[in-house]
Amino acid sequence: MPADERLRWKTRLFLALVIISQPLGNLSLTVGMKHRELASPGDYLTAIFSPYVAVGIVLLIVWLLSRMALLSWADLSYVLPLTAVGYIITAAMGRLVLNEQISVSRWSGTLLIVAGTALVGMTESRTTPEESRPSIEEVRS
Amino acid sequence: MPAAQAWLLVALIVAGTVAGDTLQSFEMKRHGEIRFRSRGLGRVAANLAMKKYLILAIVCMAISFFAFMTLVSQADLSFAVPASAASFVFETILARLVLRERVDAKRWMGAALVAGGVALLAL
Repeated sequence: MPADERLRWKTRLFLALVIISQPLGNLSLTVGMKHRELASPGDYLTAIFSPYVAVGIVLLIVWLLSRMALLSWADLSYVLPLTAVGYIITAAMGRLVLNEQISVSRWSGTLLIVAGTALVGMTESRTTPEESRPSIEEVRS
Repeated sequence: MPAAQAWLLVALIVAGTVAGDTLQSFEMKRHGEIRFRSRGLGRVAANLAMKKYLILAIVCMAISFFAFMTLVSQADLSFAVPASAASFVFETILARLVLRERVDAKRWMGAALVAGGVALLAL
Protein backbone atom coordinates (compact mmCIF):
# COMPACT_ATOMS: atom_id res chain seq x y z
CA MET A 1 0.00 0.00 0.00
CA PRO A 2 1.46 3.41 -0.94
CA ALA A 3 2.39 5.72 1.96
CA ASP A 4 -0.28 8.29 1.05
CA GLU A 5 -2.98 5.64 0.94
CA ARG A 6 -1.79 4.15 4.25
CA LEU A 7 -1.93 7.55 5.98
CA ARG A 8 -5.41 8.20 4.58
CA TRP A 9 -6.78 4.93 5.98
CA LYS A 10 -4.99 5.42 9.29
CA THR A 11 -6.53 8.89 9.51
CA ARG A 12 -10.05 7.57 8.74
CA LEU A 13 -9.75 4.77 11.29
CA PHE A 14 -8.58 7.08 14.07
CA LEU A 15 -11.17 9.73 13.17
CA ALA A 16 -13.92 7.11 13.52
CA LEU A 17 -12.53 6.00 16.89
CA VAL A 18 -12.26 9.61 18.10
CA ILE A 19 -15.80 10.45 16.92
CA ILE A 20 -17.53 7.39 18.44
CA SER A 21 -15.72 7.04 21.77
CA GLN A 22 -16.43 10.58 23.04
CA PRO A 23 -20.27 10.62 22.84
CA LEU A 24 -20.52 7.13 24.32
CA GLY A 25 -18.12 8.14 27.10
CA ASN A 26 -20.06 11.34 27.84
CA LEU A 27 -23.36 9.45 27.90
CA SER A 28 -22.09 6.82 30.32
CA LEU A 29 -20.52 9.53 32.51
CA THR A 30 -23.76 11.52 32.64
CA VAL A 31 -25.86 8.47 33.52
CA GLY A 32 -23.44 7.76 36.39
CA MET A 33 -23.22 11.37 37.61
CA LYS A 34 -26.92 12.32 37.43
CA HIS A 35 -28.15 13.90 40.70
CA ARG A 36 -25.06 12.76 42.59
CA GLU A 37 -24.13 14.67 45.76
CA LEU A 38 -20.71 16.33 45.24
CA ALA A 39 -19.79 17.99 48.54
CA SER A 40 -16.20 16.78 49.04
CA PRO A 41 -13.26 15.38 47.02
CA GLY A 42 -14.24 11.99 48.46
CA ASP A 43 -17.58 12.22 46.63
CA TYR A 44 -15.70 12.61 43.34
CA LEU A 45 -13.57 9.57 44.20
CA THR A 46 -16.66 7.48 44.95
CA ALA A 47 -18.23 8.68 41.70
CA ILE A 48 -15.15 7.75 39.64
CA PHE A 49 -15.33 4.14 40.82
CA SER A 50 -19.05 3.71 40.21
CA PRO A 51 -19.72 1.46 37.17
CA TYR A 52 -21.23 3.95 34.68
CA VAL A 53 -18.73 6.70 35.47
CA ALA A 54 -15.83 4.21 35.26
CA VAL A 55 -16.96 2.94 31.84
CA GLY A 56 -17.38 6.56 30.72
CA ILE A 57 -13.84 7.38 31.86
CA VAL A 58 -12.39 4.32 30.06
CA LEU A 59 -14.14 5.39 26.83
CA LEU A 60 -12.88 8.95 27.27
CA ILE A 61 -9.33 7.60 27.77
CA VAL A 62 -9.72 5.67 24.48
CA TRP A 63 -10.89 8.96 22.95
CA LEU A 64 -7.91 10.88 24.40
CA LEU A 65 -5.29 8.36 23.24
CA SER A 66 -6.69 7.92 19.73
CA ARG A 67 -6.93 11.69 19.44
CA MET A 68 -3.34 12.16 20.63
CA ALA A 69 -2.15 9.67 18.01
CA LEU A 70 -4.20 11.43 15.32
CA LEU A 71 -2.78 14.83 16.32
CA SER A 72 0.76 13.54 15.83
CA TRP A 73 0.21 13.54 12.05
CA ALA A 74 -2.87 15.71 11.43
CA ASP A 75 -3.39 19.40 12.28
CA LEU A 76 -5.46 20.51 15.27
CA SER A 77 -7.52 22.85 13.08
CA TYR A 78 -8.47 19.81 10.91
CA VAL A 79 -9.14 17.37 13.77
CA LEU A 80 -11.18 19.70 15.99
CA PRO A 81 -14.05 20.71 13.68
CA LEU A 82 -14.43 17.10 12.45
CA THR A 83 -14.90 15.82 15.97
CA ALA A 84 -17.92 18.18 16.16
CA VAL A 85 -19.90 15.23 14.73
CA GLY A 86 -19.44 13.64 18.16
CA TYR A 87 -21.28 16.58 19.72
CA ILE A 88 -24.26 15.95 17.43
CA ILE A 89 -24.32 12.26 18.34
CA THR A 90 -24.22 13.33 21.99
CA ALA A 91 -27.27 15.61 21.51
CA ALA A 92 -29.18 12.75 19.85
CA MET A 93 -28.27 10.43 22.72
CA GLY A 94 -29.42 13.07 25.21
CA ARG A 95 -32.79 13.09 23.47
CA LEU A 96 -33.20 9.35 22.92
CA VAL A 97 -31.49 7.81 25.93
CA LEU A 98 -31.76 10.50 28.62
CA ASN A 99 -35.12 11.88 27.43
CA GLU A 100 -33.88 15.47 27.41
CA GLN A 101 -36.08 18.10 25.74
CA ILE A 102 -34.24 19.56 22.74
CA SER A 103 -35.72 22.73 21.19
CA VAL A 104 -35.97 23.58 17.48
CA SER A 105 -33.04 26.01 17.86
CA ARG A 106 -30.87 23.22 19.22
CA TRP A 107 -31.67 20.97 16.27
CA SER A 108 -30.98 23.88 13.85
CA GLY A 109 -27.66 24.34 15.57
CA THR A 110 -26.94 20.66 14.97
CA LEU A 111 -27.51 21.13 11.21
CA LEU A 112 -25.18 24.15 11.19
CA ILE A 113 -22.49 22.03 12.82
CA VAL A 114 -22.95 19.33 10.16
CA ALA A 115 -22.51 21.99 7.43
CA GLY A 116 -19.40 23.39 9.06
CA THR A 117 -17.97 19.91 9.52
CA ALA A 118 -18.55 18.99 5.85
CA LEU A 119 -16.82 22.18 4.74
CA VAL A 120 -13.73 21.50 6.81
CA GLY A 121 -13.71 17.84 5.73
CA MET A 122 -13.06 18.96 2.14
CA THR A 123 -9.58 20.22 3.03
CA GLU A 124 -6.39 18.21 3.42
CA SER A 125 -5.38 16.68 6.76
CA ARG A 126 -2.00 18.38 6.87
CA THR A 127 -2.06 22.07 6.09
CA THR A 128 1.04 23.49 7.70
CA PRO A 129 3.97 23.84 5.30
CA GLU A 130 7.02 21.91 6.60
CA GLU A 131 9.25 24.99 6.67
CA SER A 132 6.96 26.90 9.03
CA ARG A 133 6.80 24.12 11.64
CA PRO A 134 9.08 24.70 14.63
CA SER A 135 12.24 22.61 14.24
CA ILE A 136 13.69 20.61 17.15
CA GLU A 137 16.54 23.14 17.48
CA GLU A 138 14.12 26.07 17.62
CA VAL A 139 12.03 24.34 20.24
CA ARG A 140 14.99 23.45 22.47
CA SER A 141 16.49 26.94 22.49
CA MET B 1 -28.01 24.39 39.59
CA PRO B 2 -28.24 28.23 39.16
CA ALA B 3 -27.43 29.48 35.62
CA ALA B 4 -24.47 31.56 36.85
CA GLN B 5 -22.87 28.52 38.48
CA ALA B 6 -23.47 26.43 35.35
CA TRP B 7 -21.80 29.06 33.12
CA LEU B 8 -18.88 29.40 35.55
CA LEU B 9 -18.32 25.64 35.19
CA VAL B 10 -18.62 26.00 31.39
CA ALA B 11 -15.93 28.74 31.47
CA LEU B 12 -13.64 26.44 33.49
CA ILE B 13 -14.27 23.55 31.07
CA VAL B 14 -13.58 25.74 28.02
CA ALA B 15 -10.40 27.31 29.47
CA GLY B 16 -9.03 23.89 30.47
CA THR B 17 -9.85 22.36 27.09
CA VAL B 18 -8.35 25.20 25.05
CA ALA B 19 -5.10 25.26 27.05
CA GLY B 20 -4.89 21.45 27.14
CA ASP B 21 -5.53 20.93 23.41
CA THR B 22 -3.10 23.59 22.29
CA LEU B 23 -0.30 22.29 24.56
CA GLN B 24 -1.04 18.71 23.48
CA SER B 25 -0.92 19.44 19.75
CA PHE B 26 2.28 21.47 20.20
CA GLU B 27 4.02 18.62 22.03
CA MET B 28 2.74 15.86 19.72
CA LYS B 29 4.02 17.72 16.66
CA ARG B 30 7.43 18.13 18.30
CA HIS B 31 7.35 14.38 18.88
CA GLY B 32 6.52 13.67 15.23
CA GLU B 33 4.14 11.20 13.62
CA ILE B 34 3.58 8.05 15.68
CA ARG B 35 4.32 4.96 13.56
CA PHE B 36 2.96 1.81 15.11
CA ARG B 37 5.26 -0.70 13.45
CA SER B 38 8.59 1.02 13.94
CA ARG B 39 8.73 1.09 17.75
CA GLY B 40 7.00 -0.49 20.73
CA LEU B 41 3.98 1.44 21.94
CA GLY B 42 5.36 1.19 25.48
CA ARG B 43 8.47 3.10 24.52
CA VAL B 44 6.38 5.74 22.73
CA ALA B 45 4.28 6.12 25.91
CA ALA B 46 7.40 6.33 28.12
CA ASN B 47 8.91 9.00 25.86
CA LEU B 48 5.72 11.03 25.91
CA ALA B 49 5.35 10.80 29.70
CA MET B 50 8.58 12.82 30.03
CA LYS B 51 7.37 15.84 28.07
CA LYS B 52 6.55 18.82 30.26
CA TYR B 53 4.03 20.42 27.91
CA LEU B 54 2.16 17.14 27.70
CA ILE B 55 2.02 16.86 31.51
CA LEU B 56 0.74 20.44 31.70
CA ALA B 57 -1.83 19.60 28.99
CA ILE B 58 -3.05 16.64 31.06
CA VAL B 59 -3.40 18.83 34.19
CA CYS B 60 -5.49 21.33 32.17
CA MET B 61 -7.67 18.52 30.81
CA ALA B 62 -8.13 17.06 34.30
CA ILE B 63 -9.42 20.42 35.60
CA SER B 64 -11.74 20.59 32.61
CA PHE B 65 -12.91 17.02 33.24
CA PHE B 66 -13.81 17.49 36.91
CA ALA B 67 -15.69 20.67 36.03
CA PHE B 68 -17.57 18.68 33.37
CA MET B 69 -18.40 15.89 35.86
CA THR B 70 -19.82 18.51 38.21
CA LEU B 71 -21.84 20.15 35.43
CA VAL B 72 -23.48 16.96 34.13
CA SER B 73 -24.45 15.91 37.65
CA GLN B 74 -27.05 18.71 37.51
CA ALA B 75 -27.40 20.10 33.97
CA ASP B 76 -28.63 18.45 30.74
CA LEU B 77 -26.05 16.60 28.65
CA SER B 78 -27.51 18.40 25.62
CA PHE B 79 -26.65 21.69 27.34
CA ALA B 80 -23.25 20.75 28.81
CA VAL B 81 -21.70 19.35 25.63
CA PRO B 82 -22.60 22.11 23.13
CA ALA B 83 -21.84 24.81 25.71
CA SER B 84 -18.35 23.42 26.25
CA ALA B 85 -17.86 23.27 22.46
CA ALA B 86 -17.42 27.06 22.64
CA SER B 87 -13.75 26.11 22.84
CA PHE B 88 -13.72 25.64 19.01
CA VAL B 89 -13.54 29.34 18.32
CA PHE B 90 -10.65 29.95 20.72
CA GLU B 91 -8.83 26.84 19.53
CA THR B 92 -8.97 27.76 15.85
CA ILE B 93 -7.53 31.16 16.72
CA LEU B 94 -4.80 29.58 18.85
CA ALA B 95 -4.05 27.00 16.13
CA ARG B 96 -3.33 29.94 13.84
CA LEU B 97 -1.42 32.09 16.36
CA VAL B 98 0.46 29.62 18.57
CA LEU B 99 0.80 26.45 16.47
CA ARG B 100 1.33 28.50 13.28
CA GLU B 101 -1.05 26.25 11.36
CA ARG B 102 -2.32 27.64 8.10
CA VAL B 103 -6.09 28.16 8.51
CA ASP B 104 -7.61 28.93 5.10
CA ALA B 105 -10.92 30.69 4.33
CA LYS B 106 -12.79 27.38 4.00
CA ARG B 107 -11.65 26.26 7.43
CA TRP B 108 -12.47 29.60 9.02
CA MET B 109 -15.95 29.40 7.49
CA GLY B 110 -16.36 25.82 8.69
CA ALA B 111 -15.25 26.75 12.20
CA ALA B 112 -17.58 29.79 12.13
CA LEU B 113 -20.53 27.59 11.09
CA VAL B 114 -19.70 25.12 13.85
CA ALA B 115 -19.48 28.01 16.33
CA GLY B 116 -22.82 29.42 15.14
CA GLY B 117 -24.37 25.99 15.45
CA VAL B 118 -22.99 25.61 18.95
CA ALA B 119 -24.43 29.01 19.90
CA LEU B 120 -27.87 27.94 18.62
CA LEU B 121 -27.64 24.62 20.47
CA ALA B 122 -26.87 26.41 23.70
CA LEU B 123 -30.02 28.60 23.50
